[in-house]
This record gives sequence, structure tokens and C-alpha cells, in this order.
Amino acid sequence: MTGPEPVGQSASIRLVERRRRVREAGLGYVLVLPSLVLFAAFVFYPFIHTLYLGFYRTPPFPGLPRHYVGLAQYRSVLRSGAFTSSIATTLAFAAMTVPASLVLGTALALLAHARLRGIGVYRTIFSSTVATSVAVASVIFGTLLNPVVGFLPWLGLQTAPPILENPSWALVAVAVTSVWQSAGLAFILISSGLQSIPDDLLEAAQVDGANSWTRLWRVTLPMLTPTLFFTVVVGSIVAFQAFGQIDLLTQGGPIHRTNVLTYAIYTAIRQDNDEGRAAVLTAALFAITLVLTLIQVRVLERRVHYGR
Amino acid sequence: MGRVALEHVTKRFGDTVAVDDVSFEVDGHEFVVLLGPSGCGKTTALRMVAGLDEPDSGTIRIGERIVNGVEAKDRDVAMVFQSYALYPHLSVRKNIEFPLRTRRVPSQERGALVVQAAGALGLEGLLDRRPGQLSGGQRQRVALARAIVRRPEVFLMDEPLSNLDAKLRVQTRAELVELQRRLEATVIYVTHDQVEAMTMGHRIAVMDAGVLQQIGPPQAVYDRPANLFVAGFIGSPPMNTITARVSNRDGQPTIEVPGGSVPVPSPLAPALHRSATSEVVVGVRPEHLRMASDGFAPATVTVVESLGHELHVICRLTDDQMVIVRQAVGGAVPHEGDAVSLSAAPGDLHLFDGGTGARIGAG
Repeated sequence: MTGPEPVGQSASIRLVERRRRVREAGLGYVLVLPSLVLFAAFVFYPFIHTLYLGFYRTPPFPGLPRHYVGLAQYRSVLRSGAFTSSIATTLAFAAMTVPASLVLGTALALLAHARLRGIGVYRTIFSSTVATSVAVASVIFGTLLNPVVGFLPWLGLQTAPPILENPSWALVAVAVTSVWQSAGLAFILISSGLQSIPDDLLEAAQVDGANSWTRLWRVTLPMLTPTLFFTVVVGSIVAFQAFGQIDLLTQGGPIHRTNVLTYAIYTAIRQDNDEGRAAVLTAALFAITLVLTLIQVRVLERRVHYGR
Repeated sequence: MGRVALEHVTKRFGDTVAVDDVSFEVDGHEFVVLLGPSGCGKTTALRMVAGLDEPDSGTIRIGERIVNGVEAKDRDVAMVFQSYALYPHLSVRKNIEFPLRTRRVPSQERGALVVQAAGALGLEGLLDRRPGQLSGGQRQRVALARAIVRRPEVFLMDEPLSNLDAKLRVQTRAELVELQRRLEATVIYVTHDQVEAMTMGHRIAVMDAGVLQQIGPPQAVYDRPANLFVAGFIGSPPMNTITARVSNRDGQPTIEVPGGSVPVPSPLAPALHRSATSEVVVGVRPEHLRMASDGFAPATVTVVESLGHELHVICRLTDDQMVIVRQAVGGAVPHEGDAVSLSAAPGDLHLFDGGTGARIGAG
């Protein structure tokens, strides 16, 4: 059929269509309202308030009015040596924990994926660190690393000063605790990723002449990349927000060697009562996390194969 | 080369016997179809040939070699999976190339072989796509190309056509047969579709409940089913089976069917005598049944189905057993409720033991 559409008819159809859309959009907003309210109260408001606090210098004594300094406080805090060294510590901590827990989680998941009798026991053990609180993990490792009753001295490995007070080793010790703890989450995520790889594919590879090593590198791991990617992103965010183990094991010491950004924020507000500085550091942590996540999404997604 | 033999192969999964003492041989260049309902053990049998499952007992040979305990990768077989099992993260080219890479075929040779295999299946233009960007039929071709690229001794196919739509299935069926003849390949092909089995294989091996029921050329299996299961499984609509009794009337063995009787066809009489059974099942293909005035069993027409080129007349015998009569269109069309009498040529009657279901009179 050819010829122009009747104009009046199509206009009225468009009107009906628009009314329907408005109605649907209204319903949509009503449905997201509850979560919107929660986000506003617990995320958006604190976030904006933090940025706002960064513009005010906190007085040295409580009770005095704080005064507006604009971007000056952002500049001074972000340029301070304390900030740069804290950033360096945080990055070092993440670099030590994220790859290690990814490799450990993947290795454990591959081991536990075998169809063996009693493998469920191992799955439970491997994933149990997720259910262990940071506090408990820290106390366990604090005890193991204790210079008097711990495991290291029992092995004859002693450092002087003791490992958690040793400027060269304290961050490594805290990182080991964190790897132990986050390997459980990596294990669970990667295990579920492994289960979503169809058996057919690995069997096809087997018939196609691939040995187990080739199957791992050419089928399993490529098929696992979306999960590995997700694990790296989540693991990085967790690493950048690590706090409990540092508070319990080293309190940011010795000589600030474990003073990661979260701990610096904590000391700024609890020890120094400096809301302004804490706000600036928090904003910086947010920005760094955001940028890192964006970089990871852009860089890693190119090498990720989403199976269909 | 290319021969496959299963000798008394048994496979159990827990308490279930998936494959029960199965023996058969596939000759080089032969296309054998393993046919049976789901759960009959046909896929397990195929997987044991592939090396993906190990038999609990029995021997599997490929060529002259006993392959029990030999890993799948070392068996020189190729397999096409029902799901195609294409590697989604690799391009079509890399998928086809995969079996060559794992066997360390030099890269120039690989390229030529991939192009050749892709050419044989009309995939030249799709080599740089990912499986996710292909249609079902194209994926199926990639799976086939991946199987043929290495020229293995034996091809194993596990319901490779079942994910295609009906029209494409008919077309691919013919192409697959043509490909097999051209490559002179040895193929073991698993399906539950009797049309595929009848049309594709040199021989059909019918399985049920883990047991090999019958193996033979399609026409032979159709004409002389070894037992009631095969009789009912092959043919569409399936063979009519009427439970009956054997009696001796005036010294002449007679089959008493509901409402009538048939003299035992003379070639079957000695076998019937040997089997000494009185409960039998009379089998007769729908196309061999006729509605006549002087038939052996009275019946009532209950439903008449027209398929356009033929009629299926469903009749009820006096004891409520149902039979189907297949008629070409053009003759007199029966009506529902008509009283008819059914007849068949004595040579078209099959007799089965009422207890064991085995065919009476193998000849």
C-alpha cells in the first residue's frame, strides 16, 4: 500500500502513545521511590555533605565556628606529604592483595571443581573466610604473628622488631591477612563462574585433542574472564576500603607504614577532630576508587569474552 | 581403517545400567545410526567411543587398537555435540582451527586446512565472526567443519540436527549424508528421530533400556522388527499391535483376534509351534491393513485424520484395542461410526511372543 498516512490519525495515535508513556513513567518513579529515599538518606546526602565539609576549615578547639576556605583546604591536604605517602601505601596494599587473592581464589576454585567424593568439605573450608569477620581474622593473624606465642616464632622466623612493628614487614603482614580473608569471596565468585561453563565445551576440547593444561588456558580461563573481571573490580574496591585489619593489627603504624587512606581518614576525625581534612580525604578516596573502576572497566572489558 | 567395535560393553551409573552388554561393529566408511528413546543408553555408548566415559566392562576398539583407558584426545575421533559446543570466545576460524592447534599442526598448513573445511561447508564468509553472531544452522556447520578439519578416523555425532527447525533439518540431513559419502568417513550418529535413522544410515542400531534390540539395514529393520519395541518404535504411525491367542482349530493353528480369527501364515507355523506360547501379539503396519468386506476382525471407525496425501483411519476393535489404517486419498472415505472389517495379506502379518515381545519366526 502506498500514499501518505492520514495526518489526523497518526497525530492522535502519537498522543495516545505519549499519554501511555507518561503513565508508565509515573508508575516507574513510584516503584523506585523507596530505594530512592534510602539512597538519598544514606548515600546522596552524606556524599554531598562530605564535599561541603571539605570547603570549611575545622577550628583547632571544639566549640569555635568553622570557617569557609573554599578550595584552599582541598589544595593543602591533597598536596601534603602525608597524603601522598598514604596513597602510596594504599596502592601498595591493593597491589599486594588483589592479584594474590585472585590467583589463590582461582586455584582453590579449580581444585574444588573436581568431581571427587567429599569435595564439599573443602568447598566449605575454602569459602569459610567470607563468613569470618574482619575482627576475627585480624585476631587470628595477630595471634599467629605474635612475637611470643605466635606461629612465626615457633617456626623460628623472627624479625626484629616483631613483624607487626617492623617498618619493612608490617604492610606485608596486614596484606597476608587480607588475602586470606578475601580469597574466600574470590573462591565463591570464581566457583560459580566455573559452574556456568558448559561441560560440553570442555568435552569438545577433550575430543579435539586438548590436554588438561590446554583446556584450562584455552577454554576454562577465557570463559571465566567475565567472572575474573568482576572479582578484580570488587576486590580492588574492598582493598581500597580496608580498615578493620589495620585498626586491629597496626593502627596505621609503624611510622605510618600501614597508614592507608581509610585509616588516615579515621585518624583525622577521631584523633585530630579535623572534619574538614577527613572530608577532603574521603572525597579523594571516592575519586580514586571511581577512576580505578572506570579504568578497569575500560581496559579489562576489551579482553573479556562474554559467552553467548 | 576407521572400524569401530564394541564388545560386551556395559556401563553403570550408580544403580542404573545405562548400557547393558552391548556389542556391535561399525565398518570403515559406514554410517551407523544409534536409535532409541531418550535414556536408552545411545548417547552413553557414543561417549564411551569418544572416551568421555569409560565402560565398566567390555572392550572398545577403534581400528585395530583397544582404546579402553585411552584418553579422548588420543583416540583420533571427532565429535559433533547436540549443543554444537562451539567456543564462544573464539572466532569461527579459531574454532575450526582448534583441533589442529592442539595437535601442533604447523600454522601454514592449518590455514589451508581451515579454508578447505570451511569451503566444504560454505562458511568462507563467516570465518571472522563469533559463534554468538551466527544462526543455528551456521553454528551447526561450524561444528561440522571443526569435526572434519582434522580428517579423523571416526566421526561421532550426538543428535546434531535436533536444534534446527524442521525445514533446515531436512536439508541438513541430506547434506550430512552427502558429506559422509564424499569424505568416506566412518560415522556413528545418535538420534531419537526414526526418520533420520531410516534416511541416513547404512545400518540402524535400535537401543532400549541400555540393550541393543536390533541392528541392520533400515529396510530390514522396518520389514522384520526383532521385537515389539522395535516394531512400535520404527514407523510413523507405528505398527499396529493386537493382542491375541493361538488355538488349535481342527488341527490347524489359528490366531484368535478380537471378534475373529486368522489362520497362522504357513511359514510361521513351525516357529510358533517351537515357541509353544499361546499369548501372542499380532503386528501389522498401518499401510498393510485394509478395510474389506471379508476381513478377519470387525471394527468401528472412530476418527478419520487426513494428512492431505493420505488418510489415517483409527478403528476400534470389539475389545476396545485401537488400530490405525493408512489409506491413500482418492478411494472411498470411511466415516466415523462405520462398521468395517479389517484384513491384511498373510505375508504382512508379524507375530510376537506375548510374554517376551520377541519376534516369532525370524525368517
